[in-house]
Amino acid sequence: MNQPFPRRLLVANRGEIARRIIATARRLGVETVAVHHQVDAGLPGVAEADLAREITGEPPVAAYLDIEQIVRVATETGADAVHPGYGFLAENADFARAVEAAGLTWVGPSPDAITAMGDKVEARNRVAAAGVPVSGGAGAALSDVDEAVREAERIGYPVMVKASGGGGGIGMTIARDADAVRKEFARTQAIAARSFGSDRVFLERFVESARHIEVQVLGLDDGTILTLGERDCSVQRRNQKLVEEAPALGLDPVVRQRLHDAAVNAASAVGYRNAGTVEFLVDARTQEFVFLEMNTRIQVEHPVTELIHGVDLVEQQLSIAAIGSVTPGFAPRQHGHAIEFRLCAEDPARFFPSPGPIEEWEEPCGDGIRVDSGYRAGLAVTPHFDSLIAKICVFGENREAALERAREALDGFAVGPLRTNLPFLRDLVDRPEFTGGGYDTGIVAAVTSRPAASTRR
Amino acid sequence: MPETINADMGASVWKVLVAAGDAVEPDTTVVVLESMKMEIPVLAEYAGSVTAVHVAEGVTVQAGDPLVDIEEP
Repeated sequence: MNQPFPRRLLVANRGEIARRIIATARRLGVETVAVHHQVDAGLPGVAEADLAREITGEPPVAAYLDIEQIVRVATETGADAVHPGYGFLAENADFARAVEAAGLTWVGPSPDAITAMGDKVEARNRVAAAGVPVSGGAGAALSDVDEAVREAERIGYPVMVKASGGGGGIGMTIARDADAVRKEFARTQAIAARSFGSDRVFLERFVESARHIEVQVLGLDDGTILTLGERDCSVQRRNQKLVEEAPALGLDPVVRQRLHDAAVNAASAVGYRNAGTVEFLVDARTQEFVFLEMNTRIQVEHPVTELIHGVDLVEQQLSIAAIGSVTPGFAPRQHGHAIEFRLCAEDPARFFPSPGPIEEWEEPCGDGIRVDSGYRAGLAVTPHFDSLIAKICVFGENREAALERAREALDGFAVGPLRTNLPFLRDLVDRPEFTGGGYDTGIVAAVTSRPAASTRR
Repeated sequence: MPETINADMGASVWKVLVAAGDAVEPDTTVVVLESMKMEIPVLAEYAGSVTAVHVAEGVTVQAGDPLVDIEEP
């Protein structure tokens, strides 16, 4: 192998993502070190690593958040690089610094880039200065009703009239014209003074039908920012993504290009290096968009990007970490359509967490089906970590084909007695709201409020 | 005869918001569980008084474990 990669990689994570990172490392001839809390000792990823070390903490999540302990294990096991996965310490600049201070390679962006994007206000200011659209309304309090109307005209209707100290939906109303702004401004001011001890009111642009679309980027040492298409992550419940697809449907090519350009500008604004994702809120009607945030790590839903580009993003992360650039001959070519379904250990009707034992666990396989999972039969899903247990990913020449593959894959997944959201996912792929495309972030609410048209067993 | 509110799922007890002797109304939050990074409030179903609290903050419970006993007035 001519391409230099790290020699021995410690994976500071658990579950499906640890296993997925280990799989790529093994393929590249990179040795792996898994760390695991005792409750995770049986996870397949632990057995698949070349070395496994137990880490301690109470509650167990504390073990995976223990910077000192993990860096010590990395040093003791002779690792020369650390991959943080997502969640836990992945966006922790102190962890990145500690890894580098120990003389190890950090597989991720610089601590400064992590810090800049981690502070929402700073991130917004930095990307706005680089010409990336941010949400209308600066969040500045308005002094009187005339100023409110001027601000509303500037932002464009409809606007959200918001009490500065409000929250949880209280002190928020939508105004669709100047008259409504006059009325709601006074009313919201009164509510705000009474309920929040401050009568400060401000306006924000209100997006009635929003889509969540994000762009995958790879930042190289020479300052180049490559984009690898976008993902539509609008199928959400409680702001948690459930299904993601690539490419995003029905995007005007000009808008798509502008999204990609905005992602490049946002990443450049913080000198971004390695894999990252720039998230945007896109108005489904006008296709206008604003920057939401940048995730400075590998994303849960990265497989859909890999499937339509024929690339391995973890391989590229390791390459960038080692030599500052992508692998020689890296030439992604976008083709086809991919969808990812997040299998979660939860009550399918109420979406509540539902940890429990796994007696049956059978994954579908076949052309165009990829399952990234962190469990197997004989294990139990504990309440200590988030509920994602597997990602069922499908690829097809077009979306129709991908949907057909999805039905096969979801029908082919068998898990029990652990309760999962599999029935919800299976129902979703037959729903016209989903199959027709053109959905927005309201799709889960729309689907769950209406029972399935036909019951299929 | 007091009625027992049981845990719905495996979880850790994040907050205990009542003590024996407290009066509760329907939908009063008596305990907050944490499971899989979600907070799950456990509510009283009817008005009454708390006769026993079976859990302490930080302990782990299984589905079906008793949390709080409430007696109707």
